[in-house]
Amino acid sequence: MIDSKKLDPNFKYEVAKEIGGENIKHCFSCGTCTVGCPVRVLDDKYNPRKIIRMVLLGMRERVLKSDFIWLCSQCYTCYDRCPQGVRLTDIMTALKNIAVREGYINPAFKEQARLLGEHGRLYEVEDFDNKKRNKLGLPPVKKDFDEVVKIIDKSSLKKVIK
Amino acid sequence: MKYALFLGCTIPVRSQNYELSARSVAKKLGIDLIDLDEFSCCGFPVKSTSTETALVIAARNLAIAAEKKLEICTLCNACTGVLTEANVHLSENKELREKINEELKKYDKEFKTGVKIRHYDRILYEDIGLETIKKSISKNLKDVRVSVHYGCHYLRPKDIYDGFDDPENPKTLDELIVATGARLIDYKDKLDCCGGAILAVQEETALKMAKIKLDNVTANKVDALVTQCPFCSIMYEDNRNKIETAFNADFGGMPVLYYTQLLGLGLGLDKKELGFRLNKIKPNALLEKLGVE
Repeated sequence: MIDSKKLDPNFKYEVAKEIGGENIKHCFSCGTCTVGCPVRVLDDKYNPRKIIRMVLLGMRERVLKSDFIWLCSQCYTCYDRCPQGVRLTDIMTALKNIAVREGYINPAFKEQARLLGEHGRLYEVEDFDNKKRNKLGLPPVKKDFDEVVKIIDKSSLKKVIK
Repeated sequence: MKYALFLGCTIPVRSQNYELSARSVAKKLGIDLIDLDEFSCCGFPVKSTSTETALVIAARNLAIAAEKKLEICTLCNACTGVLTEANVHLSENKELREKINEELKKYDKEFKTGVKIRHYDRILYEDIGLETIKKSISKNLKDVRVSVHYGCHYLRPKDIYDGFDDPENPKTLDELIVATGARLIDYKDKLDCCGGAILAVQEETALKMAKIKLDNVTANKVDALVTQCPFCSIMYEDNRNKIETAFNADFGGMPVLYYTQLLGLGLGLDKKELGFRLNKIKPNALLEKLGVE
């Protein structure tokens, strides 16, 4: 049961202010997103139509605290097929962005942010890697990208990865 | 033909077979790939947690390419998607561009419109062309039966890709494979996602996504699955054992090749130049069939 007293009617406007969240209010709930979703077919916890509906209804906390917003595989099938141009993949990204700022971050994404914050890249490069590359006739790669490390350090992610 | 090669994070560390074969094929076809050691991560890994930060990282790379006046050639679909998307949004949205450039100023960089980004295979299709590729083939691949997996971000979202291919019925990589002389075998649900982006979030679902694809591909007893993205390959190749164990399945050791490896075979390149030794699932049967020593 949805308790209307717990709904936040401003949530949809909050999402619409995010990069990629602008078209949330265009949704007319046709379900094209959900029928074409490769994740939904395996796990009905992830239901893009339902998630959009929950946002429009203002179920802010339940959406932001949920596991399901992190299950989008970012294939953009729904994004391309949506007759209303809601840009669903970007909405999921916007929801995750807000969730992170509210202190709800999936550990897998926290780890990726941490690695970028430390090295500026997704994998730590060791001497061994460049030795192997040299043997293969490939040019060496940089171990750390200091500017990317600085970009993360100056961003909202800094306090998240600590 | 000159391009700035954008390797991203995964390829230089985990998919050197892709990098080696891409460099070898480029050399053979007269494509000049320039290494810019300032190119970093594309930004994709932090897009889910901070789109704005991902945009700054992507824009930094785009600014570097603009300074050198070079078009970017990507190998990874995720890098292709994130850089292209950032390029489109920053070009169209002045307010966002000014905000991101304010950040980039701290590094003496500036995003400017006019940068081009294309995936390596798209460059083969558009700049080299199918006819030149057909004419360059020296080894007969007609006995090789392969299926293809495009990977989502090569095609989607379509509004950032100026209509170069149809995401619902793509053909560019199909035609590139046919141009090598290999036989292309269609299969069920060809466009389905590999699941790579949620592997670390919910492994079971991601593996199941890859398993369904492997079921559909191996139903036709092909010699290999051809991919063009390191994340898709990691799902179908590196995670093969895990998938077979989890679902009690057996995919008969079907190898996964990068398109550049298949094309390289057709171009008569040495197997060492194509990095086959680094494939996790050895394509020995396929190489024997072709008499490649």
